[in-house]
Amino acid sequence: MTDYLITGAQLPEGSITDLLLADGRIAATGSDAADMAGARAGAQVHRIDAHGLVALPGLVDLHTHLREPGREDAETVASGTRAAAVGGFTCVHAMANTTPVADTAGVVEQVWRLGEDAGWAQVRPVGAVTVGLAGEQLAELGAMASSAARVRVFSDDGLCVHDPVLMRRALEYVKAFDGVVAQHAQEPRLTAGALMHEGIVSAELGLTGWPAVAEEAIIARDVLLAEHVGSRVHICHLSTAGSVDIVRWAKARGIQVTAEVTPHHLMLTDEAIRGYDPQFKVNPPLRTAEDVQAVRDGLEDGTIDIVATDHAPHPSEDKDCEFAAAAMGMTGLETALSVVTEAMVADDSRDFGWQDLARTMSATPARIGRVTGQGRPLAAGEPAHVTLVDPSARWTVDPAGLRTASENTPFAARELPARVMATFYRGVATVLDGQPQDGSTR
Amino acid sequence: MTSGAPARVVLSEHDISRALTRIAHEIVERNKGAEEVLLLGIPTRGVPLATRIGARIVEAEAGGLTSEDLVGTIDPTMYRDDLRRQPTRGLEPTRIPPAGLTDKVVVLVDDVLYSGRTVRAALDALSDVGRPRAVQLAVLVDRGHRELPIRADYIGKNLPTARHERVSVHLSELDDADEVVLS
Amino acid sequence: MRHLLSAADLSREEAITVLDTAATMAATQSREIKKLPALRGLTVVNLFFEDSTRTRISFEAAAKRLSADVINFAAKGSSVSKGESLKDTAQTLQAMGADAVVIRHSASGAPHRLATSGWIDAPVVNAGDGMHQHPTQALLDAFTMRRHLMPEGGAGAGLDGKRVVIVGDVLHSRVARSNVDLLHTLGAEVTLVAPPTLLPIGASTWPCRISYDLDAAIAEQAPDAIMMLRVQRERMSSAGGGFFPSAAEYSRRYGLDAARFEALPGHALIMHPGPMNRGLEISARAADSDRSTIVEQVANGVAVRMAVLYLVLAGNEGTPS
Repeated sequence: MTDYLITGAQLPEGSITDLLLADGRIAATGSDAADMAGARAGAQVHRIDAHGLVALPGLVDLHTHLREPGREDAETVASGTRAAAVGGFTCVHAMANTTPVADTAGVVEQVWRLGEDAGWAQVRPVGAVTVGLAGEQLAELGAMASSAARVRVFSDDGLCVHDPVLMRRALEYVKAFDGVVAQHAQEPRLTAGALMHEGIVSAELGLTGWPAVAEEAIIARDVLLAEHVGSRVHICHLSTAGSVDIVRWAKARGIQVTAEVTPHHLMLTDEAIRGYDPQFKVNPPLRTAEDVQAVRDGLEDGTIDIVATDHAPHPSEDKDCEFAAAAMGMTGLETALSVVTEAMVADDSRDFGWQDLARTMSATPARIGRVTGQGRPLAAGEPAHVTLVDPSARWTVDPAGLRTASENTPFAARELPARVMATFYRGVATVLDGQPQDGSTR
Repeated sequence: MTSGAPARVVLSEHDISRALTRIAHEIVERNKGAEEVLLLGIPTRGVPLATRIGARIVEAEAGGLTSEDLVGTIDPTMYRDDLRRQPTRGLEPTRIPPAGLTDKVVVLVDDVLYSGRTVRAALDALSDVGRPRAVQLAVLVDRGHRELPIRADYIGKNLPTARHERVSVHLSELDDADEVVLS
Repeated sequence: MRHLLSAADLSREEAITVLDTAATMAATQSREIKKLPALRGLTVVNLFFEDSTRTRISFEAAAKRLSADVINFAAKGSSVSKGESLKDTAQTLQAMGADAVVIRHSASGAPHRLATSGWIDAPVVNAGDGMHQHPTQALLDAFTMRRHLMPEGGAGAGLDGKRVVIVGDVLHSRVARSNVDLLHTLGAEVTLVAPPTLLPIGASTWPCRISYDLDAAIAEQAPDAIMMLRVQRERMSSAGGGFFPSAAEYSRRYGLDAARFEALPGHALIMHPGPMNRGLEISARAADSDRSTIVEQVANGVAVRMAVLYLVLAGNEGTPS
């Protein structure tokens, strides 16, 4: 097995160091790294000059749709995790809305096994909260928790667990195995037929509106339920200023709530929909400029705990059509780091550096998902999940050039900062020089 | 100017006036009076020319003839065969005096006769409005280069030109001067 | 004019050009020979994904009066109902040599997609899309108003200073959106009147006044024209959204009944885009009065659509002068 000696990398907090990756661990850091590399008998040492690069703990995504089983035309576990590796991720959570739905131990184990076989990143299946995502009866959450997939995050994502009694039971039940319910907050009656954020632009475009209150009302209910039953609750893809306020209030009260924001909600607004381009159709919808400022503020002050991509690949025919007929969702794994860099790190007025990026895109999502061994500090003895980023690089997004099997990125032709140069998963280079390492080198 | 050659005035205000007076006389002479005549100007500059010729005829012909009965306009735009090759044209009104044009002698009036395509379109437009007894053509300038078998009955001035040259008719009703310029 | 997708895309100058051109077209329609040769040899496709016999016939008559060949493509019973995509349909029309496409679609923005996605080269005319726009309806409404309200039939003029009240289901109405945009562009003052449930969130940013009280709007505005929008009865049911309690209550508060008709200025035009719900949004008294332009609007629709087809197709290969 190849060892990697990474020299001159900048750690998230700013110091410069060398890192030796050997036997799946960070074997040594600082001056010890080169010494130990020289002393490793029989090992082949691959040296990587990382001067000018930032070393991050491998990124962890709490929210992706890998589409397998069922929609392999949009993405597979292998293609999705390969894209994840190129985006700097070493762990992704795969949402349950597959066909069949991941609501049994059998399905989550299948997804987990596909991830292990592909070897691009750790795949953590998310279990459905309710059977068939139907919102009527709890799925066998315990069986999924104790399966080989060791599921800890449960979500009907794509649909809201809108029945308050069912939500209460789910919140209570998962405490037995330290699980968490990740809520897709969308009041279904208030969003029947909704196509975009309800506001000035929807009124003009004549597209049925998705009001902010439909998200905020569910978040308000669920944080109060979580308080009442003493459970933790996670809010998926929080998108409105009002939601930020509610979560901030809940945290001040000591409620165990965590929240995520997507890269696209940090960057894009409903103005993008004026051309009726379905690439901007997503659920929850793109909101207003005020909402974008609020979620950035929330991410900066810790109200929002993490960034999660909600990577949602769709085949081109599901986007190359009328806006109303198009599928909702955007890919995000390969653009997430760059978008967060642009929206947060590169904004000098914000107190948000690489350390905060490592916290919100690696350490905290790993902690919420109870993923041991991911999101750890880059220190001797820790698992070798490492991402090297060139912060000075700029690149232009070409949908056809992305590794995901689908092309539905909203960032096409946009120039973005920061590029992932290398990703190491369990000490193995999944990405080198920005290229995925297919075949024997891994 | 497109040719690079200096612009040259080929008809002055005085020349234009004299030409129109002569055309008015020729129309009356040839049609043995103006009772059966209807002058239809082709927009844009055929319209004031028809009005001016009409005024001269009304002045010369004693009797109950009025300009309103004698002069109208016809817009051939919708009948052009080169509609899609040209920038979109706004349409001008077509005004036919109340008595109509059936069994009248219609004299189409335009500023410049060139390829003949405008006149061809105007003939088609006429046939959708009524059936004149005869149609004649009066132009201020005939610059040659016909692309259709069309000729004018009344001509202010025959002006030999090259294809790249440009004939600009200025009329005081629209342009603050009366002159014809070759450039 | 490359396409006509939204009334909001028209400048004042362009809108007046359309109306003036329509006036010329209308003049030819009183002649014995109504047909003009302008679009001879060109093919206009009426691509209707939503039933609308009135609008389709109006466009068909307009195209035929200009000597264009017309292909009617109704989605029902066609390959579209078998799941063919808008893209494939568009490319089929392109292959058949469509020179212009008139599209009616239940999805807002479908004409926009057709015009901008590179599926087809032909100019696209929006004949009504979802809850978004119906620009030729707004043009024929403006044409009708101008003809009656402006001196000498309004040639070359806008609708400056004229007050127009539009009443009814604004939320679901593409006619209301197009009229607000166009009438504002032409200088008219528009007041929308509707129950708050039938006004979109965000309408407060539109270039118009908004009122919930029809009697007050009539009294304050003394409108030159009042336009009643069609209200679908099913909107009162819970399944339809529960926007108002009953047809009777709607009619009492927002219908143009005899008393409100009497309260209007004597010259005020009574307009309706059709088809009407007599007794719901409009009384027979108002609909059948001599100030009603409802039938005339239909005739003007043909002239306006002739003008639009002429302007998008003639000179299509050049640039507007």
